[in-house]
Order: sequence, then C-alpha cells, then structure tokens
Amino acid sequence: MSTILTVNNLTKKFGYLTAVNNLSFTIEKGNVYGILGPNGSGKSTTLGIILNVVNKTSGNFSWFGGQTSTHEALKKVGAIIERPNFYPYMSAVKNLRLVCKIKEVPVDKIQEKLELVGLWERKDSKFKTYSLGMKQRLAIASALLNDPEILILDEPTNGLDPAGIHQIREIIKKIAAQGTTILLASHLLDEVEKVCTHVVILRKGEKLYAGPVDSMLASHGFFELRSNNLSQLEELLSNHASFGKIEKYNSTLTAYLKEEMASEELNQFLFNKGIVLGHLVKRKESLEEQFLELTKNK
Amino acid sequence: MVRLLNIEFIKLWNNRASKILILAYFILLTSIALIAAIKFDIGPVKFHLAEQGIFNFPYIWHFNTFITAIFKLFLAIVIVSMMANEYSNKTIKQNLIDGLSKKEFILSKFLTVISFAAISTVFVFVVSMILGLVYSDYNELSIIFSDLEFLLAFFVKLVGFFSFCLFLGIFVKRSAFALGFLILWQIFEGFVRGMIRWKLLDGTDTDRVMAFFPLNAMFNLIDEPFSRLSAVQNVASQIGEKIELDYAVHWYEILIVLVWTAIFIYLSYALLKKRDL
Repeated sequence: MSTILTVNNLTKKFGYLTAVNNLSFTIEKGNVYGILGPNGSGKSTTLGIILNVVNKTSGNFSWFGGQTSTHEALKKVGAIIERPNFYPYMSAVKNLRLVCKIKEVPVDKIQEKLELVGLWERKDSKFKTYSLGMKQRLAIASALLNDPEILILDEPTNGLDPAGIHQIREIIKKIAAQGTTILLASHLLDEVEKVCTHVVILRKGEKLYAGPVDSMLASHGFFELRSNNLSQLEELLSNHASFGKIEKYNSTLTAYLKEEMASEELNQFLFNKGIVLGHLVKRKESLEEQFLELTKNK
Repeated sequence: MVRLLNIEFIKLWNNRASKILILAYFILLTSIALIAAIKFDIGPVKFHLAEQGIFNFPYIWHFNTFITAIFKLFLAIVIVSMMANEYSNKTIKQNLIDGLSKKEFILSKFLTVISFAAISTVFVFVVSMILGLVYSDYNELSIIFSDLEFLLAFFVKLVGFFSFCLFLGIFVKRSAFALGFLILWQIFEGFVRGMIRWKLLDGTDTDRVMAFFPLNAMFNLIDEPFSRLSAVQNVASQIGEKIELDYAVHWYEILIVLVWTAIFIYLSYALLKKRDL
C-alpha cells in the first residue's frame, strides 16, 4: 500500500490560539478517512495547511512520498473546502475549463463529471444562478476532473437540505466504490460512520485517536437485556467477572462487557441460572457514542 | 507562460464589466485620432488643431503618449478588480487548491499587466503613425523614427502604474477601497511635496526628492508636451519669456519606475505568501 500523505508534528498558531497542535498521521491509498472533531477543533486548518492555503507554524507534511512540490502534488488531488468557490459570472462549463487549465488536464472529462453529479442539463447556466446544493455538486465535479488520487472533502453537506445531503452522500459513496481514497472532514458522525474505514479524531487541535473505525475504543460492546425477573438478572450480572458497568433504564438492562463474550454463551449461562430473557441484543457503541466517550475522557 | 496568460484571459474576458472597460479603453485610445477633427471656423478666426503641428513627427510621439496615458485609469479599474475579485469570490483559494502555486498566481497577474501595457503601446504606435503620416509636415524616415523613447517611457509608465494597482488590489482586497487608496496616495504625495517645499528645500531640490515617489516618478517619465508646441512658444516669446524645459526621457527616470515595479510585484508575492487564506 502506498502512502499518499504524511503529516509530521504539524502545528499552527493564530496568535495565542493553537489551532493545530503537534499533529501527525498518514493517509494510505485506498482507504476512506474521516477527520472528526467538534467545531473549531482544527479540522479545516489542518486541511488548509496541506492544501497550501494556510501557512504552518512548525512541523511538516509531504505528498506522495515527498518527491514533488506541494502545488504539483495538488494537481493530483481533488479538494473542496467549506463552501464552493467559483467565478460567479461564468457558466459551469467555463469554470471547469478554467480548472482544467490550472490542473493541466484535458477538457474531455467535463461532460462525464457533470453527468456524474447531475448538472449536465444546467452546464451553461452561470454559477451565481445555482442553488447551494448545485454549487456543492459542481465543486465535487471540479474536484474529480483530474481523476484524483485522493479526494478531500471538508464538510461537504454543510448547509444543505435533506435532499441535497442525500445526493452528496450518494455521490461520495459512488466515488468511494470506485476505489478512490477519500479524506472527509466532518462533525456529522453518522456521515463519517456510513462511509469511512479509518478516522482521525481531533479536539482543540490535538489528536485523540487515529486508526481504523472498529478499534477506536478498547471496547467489547454491550448487551441490552430484558427479562421478567430484572432484579435477579441485575444481581447475577454484577457478580459476573465479564461485566463492568450495568445500567438500568426503564425495563432494559445495559451491561457493558469487560472481555469478549458471545451472546449464545450469555444466554446459556442465564438459562442455567433460571432466567429466561425476553430481549437480547449485543451491540458495539455507535461512532457517536465512541466519539463522545473519547472527547469526554481527556 | 502561455498557460498562465490563458487562465487570466478566461477570467477577464468572461466578466462583462471587465470586457466593457477593456473595450472602452482601446476605443478611447483610437479616438485620439478624433482630435484631428477639432476645427473652429468662426468668420475670420480659423482654427484647425491638426494644423497646429501637434501631429508633426517626432512631436506626435511625445504628444500622443502623454495624452493616452490619461486613459490608463480605465485599465487600472480592471486590474484592481481582477485582483480584488479573487479575494471576494475566494477563487484565489480555489486556484491554489487546484494546484496553482502562489508564484504562478502572481506571475499570471503580472504577465497580464505586461500584456496590457504592450498592447497599449502597440496601439498608440499604430494610431500615431497613421495620424502622423496623414497630417505631419515632415515625412522623412529619419524624422519619423526619432524620439521613439517616448513609446518606451509609455510602456514603462503603464507597467509601473498597473503593478501599483495590482499590489493595492492584493493589499486592500476590495476594489473600491483599493481605488480609494490610490487616490489617497496621490493626495499623500502632493502633501509631502507641499511640506518639503514649504519647510525644507527649494523648488529644484523638491523635484529631485519627489522623483523617487512612485506616482510622481511615473508622471515624470513623460513631461507635458504643450509648452513645446510652436504656437505656445510663439506666444511666450512675444511676451518676452523663453520656455526652456527638459523634455527628454532620462534613463534614471525609467530606472526608478522599474525599481518601483519590482518592489510592488515582490511585495504582492510576499503578502500572498505570508497571508493565510
């Protein structure tokens, strides 16, 4: 697997404020990465630095193993930052032609990409007449013109209506399915959970976690249990070595595992003790719960 | 280089306001020929401007470059707004993300400035040549092609002025404010001149000092041509005055403007490099 981007000890200070603090991570080809973090956690600043529009204070980063200059490397990258920026007085096609000139790629992909994002019918309309959703889709088309090695998206669904959000997500999934490496910055966790294989979690400019989504927490998941004999069930579980915290909510018990245990095993164990379950579900924490857990603890 | 110019051309030519201003500018440059049509014929007073010798070679080079330089303000608006619009549309950010380096970005703007100046110079050359061939009293080749340094001065003057506009566009980021700043700077130079003249130096020395200020330096490149007209000279000698001015284009005047151009372009680049977008 080849490395697309390496970031080493990157730091950015705005006066007294440290927006990005000693951040390091790498992006490997073929994965879908999410950068997660609350508003103001340094996501956009980090992307700004690697995209050559924000100056770093210290540290370094290198694209594609560091053989090319940043602006040459960016010609092989597709990126959308915050809101779509195009020349308002030019049509979609003319704007894309300009991007082709800058990226030094032929113009024959324009139709294909505009069709992918569903804007071919409106290709001759001026950019300023577009709705926000259409602008965002044009930005994606523009980012794809060079068939990039990596697609960088910063809050691509920000400010869109549900239909627009859905369209953008479908497009992202389509692109991910083609094997393009994607780096998606967002504070919308379900968005990241749906498409990403790896995450980098930031808080106040510091990295809390970087790695696969699955191994984010050293957690073995939890059981949701219901039974007629709830008090006996609770007592049994709290004396069991495999369980840690046990929470009771309405008539449901949530028991967190300290070590791996299959649901069959638990079912057998309880049955032997004379408890019959009405409801048994084994779950892992959702990304949202894991994220809140991570950002709370530190 | 062609790629950078091409990028800039797409940006400018698709903007209606820029297109109209550019066209208006070149139409105005051509319209200097209309001066030839100024003709008064009121009974005994017959006056035809074209016959007063303003279109005589080589004087025409001096006269036309001086007059047409006034129209440069049209292009100044285009240049300031082409720079400031990149900021207000945030397209400068997108350009950089798409893989244009900061150096290329400034270079593309500077090349546009050079092209504007070069095309203007060619325009003025052609228009003056035609006017001269029609109206000039002297048509010897050696006379026609003398004093061509005024064209060089014209070119340098435009490049310098447009570079200043470019820098202001980057510095202020808003076209209206940048143009306001340009006017403010003009007033500032006038104010400095007044203060130096009043408190420090005599007339000649003040001129010497002021020659180092950018707008003043650009103005100095081509001195006013009116007092050189024979009609004006005649009137002056009748009232016992002899006007003796140095009309020539001096190498050090050109050098000063070129140095300012370099400073403006470098500052634009440094500013772009230092700023977070």
